[in-house]
Amino acid sequence: MGSLDGSPYVVAPKRKRHLFGRNPLGLLFSAPYLVFVLAVFAYPLGFAIYIAFHDYFFTAPGAVVSRPFVGLQNFIDAFTDPDVIRSFGNVGIFLIINVPLTVVFSLVLASGLNRAVHLKAFYRVAYYIPYLTASVAIVAVWLFLFNGSGLVNQILGPLAPNPSWLVNSSLAMPSIALFVTWKQMGFYILLYLAALQNVPNELYEAAATDGAGAIRKFFSVTVPGVRPATVLVLLVSTVTGANLFTEPYLLTNGGGPNGSSTSPVLLMYQKGIEQGHPDEASAIGVVLVILVLIIAWLQNRFAGGRD
Amino acid sequence: MSRFQTGLRSAVLALGAIAFLFPFYYMIIGSLQTKQDPSLGGAFPNPSNLTGANYAAINDRINLFSGLLNSGIFTAGVLICTLVFGVLVGYALAVLQWRGRGVTFALALLVQVVPFQLLIIPLYVLITRNYGLSDNYLGMILPFAINSTAVIVFRQYFLQLPKELFEAARIDGASEFKLLWRIALPLVRPALVTAALLTFIGPWNEFLWPFLITKDASMQPLAVSLASYISNVAASTANPFGASLAGAVVLAAPVVILFLVFQRYFISTDLGSSVKG
Repeated sequence: MGSLDGSPYVVAPKRKRHLFGRNPLGLLFSAPYLVFVLAVFAYPLGFAIYIAFHDYFFTAPGAVVSRPFVGLQNFIDAFTDPDVIRSFGNVGIFLIINVPLTVVFSLVLASGLNRAVHLKAFYRVAYYIPYLTASVAIVAVWLFLFNGSGLVNQILGPLAPNPSWLVNSSLAMPSIALFVTWKQMGFYILLYLAALQNVPNELYEAAATDGAGAIRKFFSVTVPGVRPATVLVLLVSTVTGANLFTEPYLLTNGGGPNGSSTSPVLLMYQKGIEQGHPDEASAIGVVLVILVLIIAWLQNRFAGGRD
Repeated sequence: MSRFQTGLRSAVLALGAIAFLFPFYYMIIGSLQTKQDPSLGGAFPNPSNLTGANYAAINDRINLFSGLLNSGIFTAGVLICTLVFGVLVGYALAVLQWRGRGVTFALALLVQVVPFQLLIIPLYVLITRNYGLSDNYLGMILPFAINSTAVIVFRQYFLQLPKELFEAARIDGASEFKLLWRIALPLVRPALVTAALLTFIGPWNEFLWPFLITKDASMQPLAVSLASYISNVAASTANPFGASLAGAVVLAAPVVILFLVFQRYFISTDLGSSVKG
């Protein structure tokens, strides 16, 4: 490298061993992002755990108060509340309905779309639009469709549930699960569509030579071929379900009827911000995240295969 | 046999499209009805029941213009921060050799799996109580300022540029800033559009965070003011569904139109790979 000395074409940083690497400018370019990640993710993450283990309450800015360490007391307070237990059960119901429907329908639609000849672009747009639209906007039309005298019940006629969907304590949570399945489906269809491009065509040809029909091909070639995408779909839909807030807040008017559609995040808002117990709310958040991590690990273990 | 399969596939795809699009059609129809008509006939436009009054009614209650303006400022703030700072990191991660690069990339991936629900309470405490940023655009923008998915998209596009390009320009004495601005950026223009669209959807549709920190109606983004109308006020309007549907159309339209115009930039493989990292 030293032989280049004196020529006008020197790339200066290349020879010196800098403390920050060859292009310390990289660190400068990344500094705003690193500060952002520290301030908005890393620090609050630690702070959330701190709040969960201390007697934390809101004070005026600058006020000095003691916030003693209380061990697991916040967790005990939160999880002896039947509403909290119920909200976790509700997410369970949500996931049992949402996750299988999501995987099945998005894979079927994606593989149909993958082989479609006509209107491919149109279908892609059609499927993706609900995912792009704000929940708040779509909630407005679902309230119209699913209220007591709404179009859905008009079509069902005598089969319409009574009380209607969103005010029926055994149907409120399933209705929310269906809403979210419908809304998020486009995203998963696109994920599967991308994954299907990586399934080699020869496998389909080989299966056809072996006399496999369309259904056999789907289960023996397509399903194993998109397995990494399925793991991702499982993970993302579980995380989305755990994050549920807007739908129970608006669609069922704050988790109604009688708490049958509350979600943990909705309770975190009610307890933490409305009722001023951020410590209990944080404890709920910590437990929720741990549960999601466990579910994600299990999914990866059992659906992920060896790769 | 094959014809039967093709027919079946078309039928399934068409049914899917109807299921996904009908609520949007119904949203528009419902927003134009003078008197709400939930019957089967109400799903078709009826000239004697058509009106624009719902749009005026919702505008009376929540001031659509200020809602759109607040949503616009919130979204623009996030977009600008993401495009400026996100491009810088993306470039540093793909092109420059520096200590800490691996860690920074790992952070950008990790951030995407940090669940927002765990951050709600501490962010609320920090931003509203400690920094006094409630009812403030900065407070709205801060948690979303730099979209990590966009950072990953930028990195991937910069990685695809040939290394020789940068070496040649460096030998010609171009500074890194000049390289980025004059050479790299023009070549990754599609990435800018893709990332801008991805980023736009987040804050425009976001409900929970701005809902938590804006109590002043004049500061609320449209998603928040429409939600508070739906949950509190709707019952006191003459045609409550009509008005909330009109608000929904106004909230949904910008995103849907942007998507239709720029849909070729929403390439499925991009999206998949950006999520997978």
